[in-house]
Amino acid sequence: MAVCIAVIAKENYPLYIRSVPTQNELKFHYTVHTSLDVVEEKISAVGKALGDQRELYLGLLYPTEDYKVYGYVTNSKVKFVIVVDSSNTSLRDNEIRSMFRKLHNSFTDVMCNPFHNPGDPIQSKAFDGIVSGMMVQTG
Amino acid sequence: MDQQESAAASAGSFISLNEHEQRYYSGLHSLCQADTSGKLSSGKVAELFKASQLPPESLHKVTEVCGAKRLGFFGTPQFYVALKLLAAAQSGLPIRLESVTANLPLPRFVGLQNDPEMRYTTVPPGVDGQGLPAPGSASWTPADRTTFRHLESSVDKKESWSPPRSPCSSPPRSPMNYRSYSYSKQRNGTDPQMVYESKHPSRPIVQLEQHSSPSNYGTKATVEHPVIVRASSSDRLDHQGLVDYSDDDPWRITEEQLEYYTNQFKSLQPDLSALILGSVAKNFFTKSKLPIPELSHIWELSDVDRDGALTFSEFCTAFHLIVARKNGYPLPESLPPTLRPGFIQQEADIPDTPEDQNIIERLQPSIATTKQDLKEESCQQDTTVMMTTPQQKQTLRLDAFPQRPEPPQDLDPQLKTKTRPRSYSSTSIEDAMKKAEEPPTPPPRPQKTHSRASSLDLNKLFQQGAIGVKSGWLPPPPALPPRPTTSQVSHFAPEKTPQNKVQQPNFADFSHFREEEENRVKVEEQGPRSRFGLSTEDLSGTSKQDLIGASHSQAPQKPVRRKYHPEPQNLESVPPPAMFPSHTKPAQKLPSRQKREIQMAIRKNKETNAVLTRLNSELQQQLKVVHQERVTLESQLDLLRPLAST
Repeated sequence: MAVCIAVIAKENYPLYIRSVPTQNELKFHYTVHTSLDVVEEKISAVGKALGDQRELYLGLLYPTEDYKVYGYVTNSKVKFVIVVDSSNTSLRDNEIRSMFRKLHNSFTDVMCNPFHNPGDPIQSKAFDGIVSGMMVQTG
Repeated sequence: MDQQESAAASAGSFISLNEHEQRYYSGLHSLCQADTSGKLSSGKVAELFKASQLPPESLHKVTEVCGAKRLGFFGTPQFYVALKLLAAAQSGLPIRLESVTANLPLPRFVGLQNDPEMRYTTVPPGVDGQGLPAPGSASWTPADRTTFRHLESSVDKKESWSPPRSPCSSPPRSPMNYRSYSYSKQRNGTDPQMVYESKHPSRPIVQLEQHSSPSNYGTKATVEHPVIVRASSSDRLDHQGLVDYSDDDPWRITEEQLEYYTNQFKSLQPDLSALILGSVAKNFFTKSKLPIPELSHIWELSDVDRDGALTFSEFCTAFHLIVARKNGYPLPESLPPTLRPGFIQQEADIPDTPEDQNIIERLQPSIATTKQDLKEESCQQDTTVMMTTPQQKQTLRLDAFPQRPEPPQDLDPQLKTKTRPRSYSSTSIEDAMKKAEEPPTPPPRPQKTHSRASSLDLNKLFQQGAIGVKSGWLPPPPALPPRPTTSQVSHFAPEKTPQNKVQQPNFADFSHFREEEENRVKVEEQGPRSRFGLSTEDLSGTSKQDLIGASHSQAPQKPVRRKYHPEPQNLESVPPPAMFPSHTKPAQKLPSRQKREIQMAIRKNKETNAVLTRLNSELQQQLKVVHQERVTLESQLDLLRPLAST
């Protein structure tokens, strides 16, 4: 279960960011911001070699003491970042991948909505629903 | 009427319109507006003027005074002034600019030829006094002027019993109440000033003017003010009426509404089976002046196949949701069951066909309606929820419309692409799959050519086999079932010196039989069963040698090995040859050819077996190495973990 989920646009500004323990939000915002550097690094490294065969799932970006940060980037350079609590019995890679897949699907649904302008913050109830489903259920 | 200082939105500030006037004028404005630059269609304006039943001279005067003549077109301020002047003229005041400021009743227009007119006018002839208007049997096609005439006459009839100038005559109005109620609502709905509105200019406004005085309108207006409905939809009107006096499910689309939606759909996309693109739909629904987040939510609800485009059912759903929202219903969180596309489709099937027939009877048979019939019939054949399979529907429609194969076909690939194969996720899935597959099935590692620079132990072990080869002897085939091999090797490696396992010679006989069983596998492959006994005898002797070379043997066979191992290699080579000739003697009874064949086969088998055993042992060695690595890594991990958890 994720502690924080963020969607970042191509220009590296956040489209959507939500974290569960809402009091420490700033910390997560900061973490997501720093993880962007790692994402960029990974993109640029692989990009030269393979081109569009780049893996969408970036894997563990950044482990810290408290939590781990996983990244996923779409072909349109929209980045998804999931922050997971370390104390959680480590989620398997497949679970993280499935979370990203769900996020990506939901994101495309939002994009398909003609009333949504790309680059706008995401204000979709369906998307919110999916994100809530993935967050830690701390009540 | 209150003389509020509310300047018309786009009108010049030199005239002030009160609330009702404002609304009314903007409604009329929408009626006449043909393009987006603000210029009113002069044709429409002319119609409106004619409808005011003023003599042409006064109309000309009005045009002149309001400034349109000077400008050459009717801008909004001019239009408003003109309306004011018309009102003044109708009430008998001279047509001058000063009249504009007077407290005037609203101008009245008669006989405007507009489409939505017929919707309402179908009601009066048939259904006056009834709550429900006749199901929209009138065609909604804007271009059908014939019906206009017909309906116009009915409009006139309406006029007759509610004279235009008389203020609220309540009795005639009460049956019309629900309609005028919506009329006024529509008048309030100054929003829907959209292109499609121009097709259905707000005739109802005209109607209302005929039936109610401004004061009455005022009361009604205040009542309906909070409700903003898209104008020119009798369907909505009917819907509202239905909602008023029947506690029907507001999420249920009525037949009239469905008709209306169908027409709207056709106006956007002539082929009913095709899709409305997202951008087109966006422009269309934006005209409803609902806030964008709400429209976004409506879209999410209605686009069930998530393809960014609206099928007919999805369009109906979206339209209905917008209508409901405009009427004040809060948006649902999830799609109500009655709005589900399958439901709509089923609904559409049943009511539309009789109505379509009515339409055909009354109007020029239009290809569209017949096609709709065909479509509905073909849809009726479908039982299940069609909209969930738009492609299926598409194909059905294709069957039904052989006349127009191309457009639907064009849309088919569109549909297919729009169903979003979600291939983007496949890369990660495939990679995951690949990664998952790799560990269970390690590459075959054809390491036959791999170095024999394994551990010395193995070399030692194989030397025995090799020596057997050097001695010209056939390398003893493993003579063991494949499974125990791994375990044997693991046993073997720590053993290092198989010398412990010398066997007593008397065990040889037992080994014969045991190895018979083992060698049966090979024997059967090689030759006929007739030689079985002999071959086994042959093999039994050789099998002992196998055991020598084969480092893997079962426990019962260890004694066999023990027999030979302590002996020096020379000795090993000696007894086997000794054994061999002894065994070959009985074999000589057989035809020598067979014997040779068997021996050849045996040799080959032994060779392959030796190779396999070598390979096996090497693999085992590697496995050990990997195990060791794993252990070290685990220990490192354990060391690191206390650090990570702090």
